[in-house]
Amino acid sequence: MKQYWNRFFLKNGIGISVYLLIAMLVWLGMLIMLPQFFMFDFSFRFNLPPADLGGPKDVYTLSHYKYMAFGSEQATDSYNVVDVWVFVRTILTAMFVTLFDLALCYPIAYYLAHVAIGGWARLMVIALIVPYWVNELLRAFAFKIMLGTTGIINNFLIWLGVIDTPIEFILENYALYAGLGYAFILLMIFPIYNAIESLDRNQIEAARDLGSPWWRIHKRIVIPYAKPGITSGCTMVFMLTAGALAAPQILGGPSSLWFTQIIYQWFNQGNNWQRGSAYAVFLLFSTIVIVLITMKVFKVKLGEVSR
Amino acid sequence: MSADVQLDNVWIRFGDFVAARDINIHIQEGEFFSFLGSSGCGKTTILRAVSGFSEPSEGRVFIGGKDMAGIGPNKRPTALIFQNLALFPLMKVWENITFSLEVAGVGKAGRKKKADELLELIALSGQGDKLPSELSGGQKQRVAIARALCAEPDVLLLDEPLSALDLKLRQHMRTELRAIQQRVGITFIYITHDQGEALTMSDNVAVMSQGKIEQVADGNTVYDAPETSFVASFVGENNLFEGKVTEISEGYAIVDTPSGSLRARNAKHNGEYQLAVGDDAFVFIRPESLKFVNGATHDNQIGARVKGHEFEGSFWQVFFDVKGARRTVKLSMVNDGGDVGHDDGTDVKLGFSADKAVATPVGELADET
Repeated sequence: MKQYWNRFFLKNGIGISVYLLIAMLVWLGMLIMLPQFFMFDFSFRFNLPPADLGGPKDVYTLSHYKYMAFGSEQATDSYNVVDVWVFVRTILTAMFVTLFDLALCYPIAYYLAHVAIGGWARLMVIALIVPYWVNELLRAFAFKIMLGTTGIINNFLIWLGVIDTPIEFILENYALYAGLGYAFILLMIFPIYNAIESLDRNQIEAARDLGSPWWRIHKRIVIPYAKPGITSGCTMVFMLTAGALAAPQILGGPSSLWFTQIIYQWFNQGNNWQRGSAYAVFLLFSTIVIVLITMKVFKVKLGEVSR
Repeated sequence: MSADVQLDNVWIRFGDFVAARDINIHIQEGEFFSFLGSSGCGKTTILRAVSGFSEPSEGRVFIGGKDMAGIGPNKRPTALIFQNLALFPLMKVWENITFSLEVAGVGKAGRKKKADELLELIALSGQGDKLPSELSGGQKQRVAIARALCAEPDVLLLDEPLSALDLKLRQHMRTELRAIQQRVGITFIYITHDQGEALTMSDNVAVMSQGKIEQVADGNTVYDAPETSFVASFVGENNLFEGKVTEISEGYAIVDTPSGSLRARNAKHNGEYQLAVGDDAFVFIRPESLKFVNGATHDNQIGARVKGHEFEGSFWQVFFDVKGARRTVKLSMVNDGGDVGHDDGTDVKLGFSADKAVATPVGELADET
């Protein structure tokens, strides 16, 4: 260990070494671990007026988690119907969006990495990136305008004569799915693209030469090779979709609630940060557990993902 | 099963660049055929046209008498061994070998059985459950061969498969490849820039330069009777003299060069003598056919000054300045325990027989392009 540090300082010089260490500590400690730790701590405390903080009433409690599962004590239902179902729906929708993005992005990533050539590929990458220069909120509003009952898509379909009455994209949550699907598409494309790009073209040709049809080449050669990229893409899209706020806020129908919106409400309208923290901690841990289980099922190791 | 391969007036163009021009070749079934040429000469392009990864711009490819136009690589009776082998890194060795059977829908038991057979053929029995990354270079090489053979191709195509190996292993694999070819009896088409490989393994060699075929013949003929100046200068080493033909007689040409008048065989091309009186010509003589004149008479004699010598174990290499020759002249003599016998800086006479020398029309030289 001491040797390792000596080498680290020798290699980088004192100035850069100290900078690297401080930067890493600030990044890991202050920006990641500390906020999460406070959130975690908060979630086990009562929502007390400032005067009682640190007093005899300020003790640890599981009441917020209990509330999330079973609702208030006056409620007649045996569990917290609204919040639990919003959670389940959020997770299922996030899974669906992830799979949808994967199905959409894998062919694009493959095309970019192995079919498109030179300038054309670069142009396509730019075309993918440029829309993301626009703010996330603006993009969500743009979707809302496009998909509204008098939006361009409904008008176009009516003009074509495909439909008589406008489709309620927003009311039926199609706008939400579309917005969420689009929001993190780049985070799916690029990890897969990176993984596929380093695949030796000769392997694809060798498989073809041995008689393989195209789908088997993907099943046996390309997808296994791209698995780490697919995993990291899916993980990011799933985590970020489940934790998205802007798109559900703007594009969600009036009857649909996203779990993050409940968290937001506890923090802002309910003025109950402790309960909001409990909900947020639960969302974080449950998504991590889902990701780990999925990785186990598909036999991906954590180390491969960061490759 | 084995099949013959025929290329009829094949041209392959990439934009303005002509990668293969007017290729006409008939490779017999069961033959070990090599394309020999330096990189960029179009040999890999031809291989890809035979395997189906690219289509000729003009002309036709026949395998086993069947026109291959429009037939993809997965439907052709060929298997290709890539330069970098292209083993599937995430599949076990036995899965690699039997991938073609998996494609054909053969069950796991059948595939395992076939894999065991092939592993035995390539002397890797019991190693089927390893990953390719756990094998040595030569073992990977053999797995690639087994994978190709497993598809039971009529024609096996090899794209410089030995170039990544070290010298010893390369020489060993030459013998092994030749032995495997004779055992399975199918047509091998081998691409290489290494003349040693081409000459030792092949029944016939096509020497290529800049997209066209210079000569097709067996190894001996290519070495002893080159048809063009490119072949003479590309295959093996050759001393070069340049001059004008003054006389033609019964297969020989007399060429007047600044180093003297030299008599040499008139090179044939497509069965016809190429030189006539008045033509500009190159005369080639191999270093091992060049002798010191010690009383005996030779068809040709030239004056030379010894410039230096190198000891190469079984050979001495002696270098000379020759008046009018555009390059240093080289002589190799067997080391029989003595020394060269001539000090550096002395004037000597060198001689050679007309039968050992070849005269070709002036043309491209392999080492001057």
